[in-house]
Amino acid sequence: MVIANKEEKITEEAHAYTPGLKIKSSLNLRKRRELPIAGKVLVNKGDTVDFDTVVAEMEMHGEPHIVKANLLLRVDAGEIGQHMLKGVGDEVKEGEVIAQYIALFGLIKRYVTSPIDGRIDSIGASGWVTVRTPPFTVDLKAYIPGKVVEVIPERGVVIETTASFIQGIFGIGGETHGILHVIVDSPEDVLTADLITPKYEGAVIVGGSYVTLEALRKAVEVGVAGIVVGGFDGDDLTKFLGYEMGIAITGEEEIGLTLVITEGFGKITMSPRTFELLKQFDGSNVSINGETQIRAGVIRPEVIIPHGEMRDRAVDDELSSGMKPGTPIRIIRHPYFGLLGKVSSLPVELQVTETESSMRVLEVELEDGRKVIVPRANVEIIEI
Amino acid sequence: MNILRKPKEEMKYILATDVGSTTTKARFFWKNDEGEWRFLVAGEAPTTVETPYEDVTLGVRNAVREIEELTEYKILSEDASGIVVPFDGQRGVDLYCTTSSAGGGLQMMVAGNVKSITGESANRAALGAGSIVMDVIAIDDDREDYEKIRRIRSLRPDMILLAGGTDGGTISHILEIAELIKAAKPTPRLGVDYKLPIIFAGNKDARGEVKTLLGEEFNLSMVDNLRPVLEKEVIEPTRRNIHELFMEHVMSHAPGYDKLMKWTDIDIMPTPAGEGLAMQLIAKQFDTNVIGVGLGGATTNVYSIFDGRFVRSVSANLGMSYSICNVLKEAGIDKISRWMPFQIDEKEIINMLRNKMIRPTTLPQTLKDLIIEHAIAREAIRLGFLHHKTLATRLRGVKVERDIVDIFDQTLASTYIDMMKINVIVGTGGLLSHAPRRIQSLLILTDAFQPEGVTRVFQDSVFMMPHLGVLSTVYPEAAWEIFDKDCLLRLGTVIAPIGEAGEGESVMDVRLEMPDGETMEKKMKFGEIIKIPLPSRHEAKAKITPHHGFDMGAGHGKALDVTVEGGVEGIILDARGRPLKIQEESNEMLIDWINTLDLYPADAVKRLEEE
Repeated sequence: MVIANKEEKITEEAHAYTPGLKIKSSLNLRKRRELPIAGKVLVNKGDTVDFDTVVAEMEMHGEPHIVKANLLLRVDAGEIGQHMLKGVGDEVKEGEVIAQYIALFGLIKRYVTSPIDGRIDSIGASGWVTVRTPPFTVDLKAYIPGKVVEVIPERGVVIETTASFIQGIFGIGGETHGILHVIVDSPEDVLTADLITPKYEGAVIVGGSYVTLEALRKAVEVGVAGIVVGGFDGDDLTKFLGYEMGIAITGEEEIGLTLVITEGFGKITMSPRTFELLKQFDGSNVSINGETQIRAGVIRPEVIIPHGEMRDRAVDDELSSGMKPGTPIRIIRHPYFGLLGKVSSLPVELQVTETESSMRVLEVELEDGRKVIVPRANVEIIEI
Repeated sequence: MNILRKPKEEMKYILATDVGSTTTKARFFWKNDEGEWRFLVAGEAPTTVETPYEDVTLGVRNAVREIEELTEYKILSEDASGIVVPFDGQRGVDLYCTTSSAGGGLQMMVAGNVKSITGESANRAALGAGSIVMDVIAIDDDREDYEKIRRIRSLRPDMILLAGGTDGGTISHILEIAELIKAAKPTPRLGVDYKLPIIFAGNKDARGEVKTLLGEEFNLSMVDNLRPVLEKEVIEPTRRNIHELFMEHVMSHAPGYDKLMKWTDIDIMPTPAGEGLAMQLIAKQFDTNVIGVGLGGATTNVYSIFDGRFVRSVSANLGMSYSICNVLKEAGIDKISRWMPFQIDEKEIINMLRNKMIRPTTLPQTLKDLIIEHAIAREAIRLGFLHHKTLATRLRGVKVERDIVDIFDQTLASTYIDMMKINVIVGTGGLLSHAPRRIQSLLILTDAFQPEGVTRVFQDSVFMMPHLGVLSTVYPEAAWEIFDKDCLLRLGTVIAPIGEAGEGESVMDVRLEMPDGETMEKKMKFGEIIKIPLPSRHEAKAKITPHHGFDMGAGHGKALDVTVEGGVEGIILDARGRPLKIQEESNEMLIDWINTLDLYPADAVKRLEEE
């Protein structure tokens, strides 16, 4: 069997390993809003919804509390049924006697009381009794304003809107919305504590290349809803969260605001394209979500600016068509980390880098005119 | 398990794939004109488990198509709807098999009575079956019931292994744990349309009660007790059951797997299970004790086969990309920077690692980045091995007769792994395979595992251990032939006595009789490490005489006569002492090692030192 030279078989065009982050001034956005378990959908197809419209709700089981009734009564596990005053499904109040043991004509009395207001969930073979708090309802909000274009029975809806859409690289904190305020002059500026004043309560504020830990704390203090910024220090993240994050699975943090980082860790100028787009919508109501999951099934944080008008041609959520000369890219690793440019050529031959590894590379023309060679794995396509 | 479609002697082509969490790797093997089974070519493509594709077979097809392009040989069916099996004289392969870790692999929760007894046995069984153990819940794990319930609820495992109690013993504890699971009502990760599988491998007298408690809400299966008596651990039935459930429930709910299951001739196996079989194959063929590591982006798997006993551990949160920040968290910055021959600002390392975490597919372009990644690799393996040793233990709860010496040695009391008796160390994973100089991967493995005595070091050449592991279940002869000739890269042999001394003091004298008849003598001083060229599959006769305070396994100061094998890096004489101590505040010694071993380009290292 003849084996062809692998290099000869690879065409000039190549897919980026790292999918590009989307920065789109206008797109037809469809958001699937789904409950994790079956529930009830509260809106209909064709309805118009706002940020806070509850589109679906689900009932969650209450918290279970285990009462080791047999041990408290000092009876065998198998005998617990004889001593129960309440049965499965009965409602009970905190402190109410649910089981008792009375012997020697009342000389020995032992009682078991319910630790909570709730319902008897089970009386187990091990002699344990589970009391569960009442079920509670969890709401699912629309998160973005738009039109309901599909109802997923018992699960949720698909909402459609026309919006600007910016993907960040990393975030913390969940879904929120607020009025957008760009509070620095340029994408290189640092977001410092003195820039954050009480007038930004409930707002989504935009910084430039970096946010200081003090600024973040001040933002929480004044009740800022969210921050969008180029970079943030890795050790400040630990200080802010109060623990060291090991893997990037976020969104559940209860930290008082949502933070979306657009470029990476450290001080990195925000992509001018992102900055300009945000600036254009200063004063608009925007949705942001810090949820990030960097595993298979990548989830990136996002900023959605609903504006209801198609400015450019409609771009579907299609896959990146690959890199070719002219494709705008961002370099995502040293020694050119954070720099923007465009692909000037895609050499077919592997090239040896300073590490002595032979790698598939590309030549990038940086915004300052310099031409540099970078491994293909170390760039991201900027999708526009 | 299906049988082969042709007699082995008539087979000509074999295709194996590994559907990884990010990349699907296809490997094509053939029987050449000399009648030898060999690796022919590799094809790779992104895994397509997620939206918008949601069908793993697309990624498999793309990877196979690359093989087709490179070989100009057709494997896929005309309409690309499957793989042509068997080879029909024109196209196709005689066997197709695959491993998979897509979608995070098999994620389990383990529950048992006593953490150190049944919890540990259950943990070993689950890990041995190739799963990631998310947590071990036990009666005595120092958590309150509500905390345990909350934990079970939030984990959303693929299945739960419940064990506890010896046969005929008390059943109340196992029922308590079952109550907790029932109260938590955990839902499976891959959808809510099926019941969560629970395997009960505990006291068989509790089966009836466990069934009453859990039978209705869960998919409950019963297997033989893992610890029928304290002195015995029966893992195999549980392991088999985990594998069956993995196929029936977990795999069949992952996107496209129903299709892939029809393509393969033998059951799909979790990737770590394939890797584990490969390690076992090495131990069997060399008839020796082996330690292996699979250093991945998300996890570090360590395998040991010691005196015939196989143990696998997975450190689910130690890896080189997704989990790189966990290595930083667990090891601490000082332990990582001790492997770097230059000063670096703490903040810079933290930001660099955090950026790697959020952009896990990037590659080091500068030597500085490469050295930092190699430092992390040493710590990830070191920590993974420490974790492994906590699992590779004698059965707890059993009285063991010990020598008086052992009683004073906690390590000996807790793990049975004796590095002096480990003769082979094997490494696999992207970082090791892609290290620009082979000496780099050899030294990473040496620094992390600290082999003692005489130890051969191997590495997986182009990541095909899982493929060969699954192949070995049906065609071990072919698997080993490919393994030996194309997969196992012999890096070299490390000679390292145990002991410590002051800098410059004598450690050992080594006399080597090389294959060409030349004799070489080396006097090694404390802190030194050198390499002597000796190609793969060549042998030299060695007489190693340790000095006072040092031991090569024959006793303190006693000489050892041994035949040593070469490798791409030859023989490494390591007189740095065991345990290996690295001075965190000084990097002079490190620079000496780098220069002597020619680990990195010398001029670039010098530049970094001066920066």
